[in-house]
Amino acid sequence: MIALLLRDLRLAVRAGGGFGLGLAFFLIVVVLVPLGVGPQTELLSRIAPGILWVASLLAALLSLDRIFALDFEDGSLGLLATSPLPLEGAALAKALAHWITTGLPLTLAAPALGFLLSLAPEAYKYLLLSLLLGTPALSMIGTFGAALTVGLRRGGLLLSLLVLPLYVPTLIFGAEAVRRGADGLDPTGALILLGMITAGSFAVLPFVTAATLRINLR
Amino acid sequence: MLRVSNVTCARGGIPVLSDISFDVHAGQALILRGPNGIGKTTLLRTLAGLQPALAGEVDHPADEVAYASHADGIKTALSVTENLSFWADVYGQPVPDDIWDTFDLADLRERIAGTLSAGQKRRLGLARLGVIGRKVLFLDEPTVSLDGFSVRLFADWLQDKHLASGGVAVIATHIDLGITAPELDLTPFKSAPEAGGATDEAFL
Amino acid sequence: MSIWEYANPKKFMGWTAPVLPYAFGLAALCLIVGLVWGFFFTPDDYRQGSTVKIIYLHVPAALMAINAWIMMLVASLIWVVRRHHVSALAARAAAPVGLTMTLIALFTGAIWGQPMWGTYWAWDPRLTSFLILFLFYLGYIALWEAIEDPDTAADLTSVLCMVGSIFAILSRYAVNFWNQGLHQGASLSLDKEENVSDVFWQPLVICIAGFVLLFIGLVLLRTRTEIRARRIRALEARARRA
Repeated sequence: MIALLLRDLRLAVRAGGGFGLGLAFFLIVVVLVPLGVGPQTELLSRIAPGILWVASLLAALLSLDRIFALDFEDGSLGLLATSPLPLEGAALAKALAHWITTGLPLTLAAPALGFLLSLAPEAYKYLLLSLLLGTPALSMIGTFGAALTVGLRRGGLLLSLLVLPLYVPTLIFGAEAVRRGADGLDPTGALILLGMITAGSFAVLPFVTAATLRINLR
Repeated sequence: MLRVSNVTCARGGIPVLSDISFDVHAGQALILRGPNGIGKTTLLRTLAGLQPALAGEVDHPADEVAYASHADGIKTALSVTENLSFWADVYGQPVPDDIWDTFDLADLRERIAGTLSAGQKRRLGLARLGVIGRKVLFLDEPTVSLDGFSVRLFADWLQDKHLASGGVAVIATHIDLGITAPELDLTPFKSAPEAGGATDEAFL
Repeated sequence: MSIWEYANPKKFMGWTAPVLPYAFGLAALCLIVGLVWGFFFTPDDYRQGSTVKIIYLHVPAALMAINAWIMMLVASLIWVVRRHHVSALAARAAAPVGLTMTLIALFTGAIWGQPMWGTYWAWDPRLTSFLILFLFYLGYIALWEAIEDPDTAADLTSVLCMVGSIFAILSRYAVNFWNQGLHQGASLSLDKEENVSDVFWQPLVICIAGFVLLFIGLVLLRTRTEIRARRIRALEARARRA
């Protein structure tokens, strides 16, 4: 499992696009929003938590279709399925690799972009915390979606349609935690629920993802 | 070591090959012959456990099976060494030192796999079989895009290393590998059009 | 004889053929009686005026939108556990019906919302949940359409339906957490205090029965179509091999 994780990370670095693309996309979305809604600081700081969460969700979505598609095309997925590494482990490794290449950099970059949107100073620590708790769930749910669409030719668009509704609870709790932080309310409840979604996703979805892959490899 | 009894395998839910039975003992290979489209790939995938058999049983030591298809599973962004050591890690095996000479990869070790020629890539794909240390191999057209010399290398490895150490191989191929192995022509096993067992049978 | 034998495609075609006219006939009867009674023979609500009468479309459609998804979930589970083709096809057949019910509920809600809340749309938890449910239906239907092999499609959509159900419930709670809404509480409940009054209640129940029957009729009809499509596919595959 660690071998697969390391290989995927190495591939992401070599092929470019892994770390950079998602981050650049995140930045562009966050820059575009003030251009669209106007430069009033007060308005921007009110919608900043939502924008940062929606943008990181879209950035995470961007690289999902690469999770299994490349391995499916070159045959590695079939070889992995017959290897001693259980597919459940492979699914988990893939989700972790996706998180390290997109979720983690997004989390680290988010405070800087929060500055652009004049996010309330009290909210920064909750922004970091909520993204740190929530983005792993985005990766894991996305990995499941990628497994569902792995054999399909025009899977990319379908993947977004399947995965985005599944992202709803994560988005709501994540953005809510930051918003409550910004308003000086107690965000603990939202953070706990966010953590529960992440924990639940990682407990259940690797098995579902593996089952899905087996169906698709048949 | 490998016992196949009355296996029927299906492609797209429709049986293509019916009632196949054979035994392969340790140290033996079996060569599958048959025209294109008869279902060699389907049979190999079924034997390797990638898809369920419609009927029959496949007996082999479960943790000794490996499958190699037309696709090599080579990552073009990684070097030859990295590709091989990844599979060695997945299977928990060390990379044997002699693998480089056996498959004539010694000069290519640090090359990025994307820059290899088709034949060199294929050799790398086959070298994977030498790294993972599995006893039961299901090989689908292993010699595609190999030149005569490379076919010889592969056949030698199969004969002298794999089979000599008690391994088993089932190989679908159209060429003569130059190893001594019984052949099985699949043509007589072709499923009759009215053969039962199709997954959509309930609708007829 | 076990109940599962009715799930055999041939048996299913056999017993559904005579049932269909009754389902549609009874549905039409219930809907006509319920709607006419509701629209013309109930008093106007003292606060909401005559706008309250849209309840006879809104509530049954909303109920069926949710029940259709639950039916799909049950059918998916049956397919995964017992591999009855008809079950998977029934789930496939129910999805567009459920989608339509969701749309009806959303539209009638918007029409009702304008005079009541002064807006066609508000990001109220119930409304938002239905919009999310709509997205789930879209994804489910799109996945069915995208996959060529019918058994693979049945497997994958079943998985999506099961995982989707969990996330749909999570979304419902998340949306509640996110906004306390304008929407009134349950229209129907066993607790008398919360219930709509009796005059509205009786025609409403008849309308709900009509929607249930209509749903059953439509799903049976669509399932029969799906079975015929699969039969054509099977016959064509057979013909190609011969």
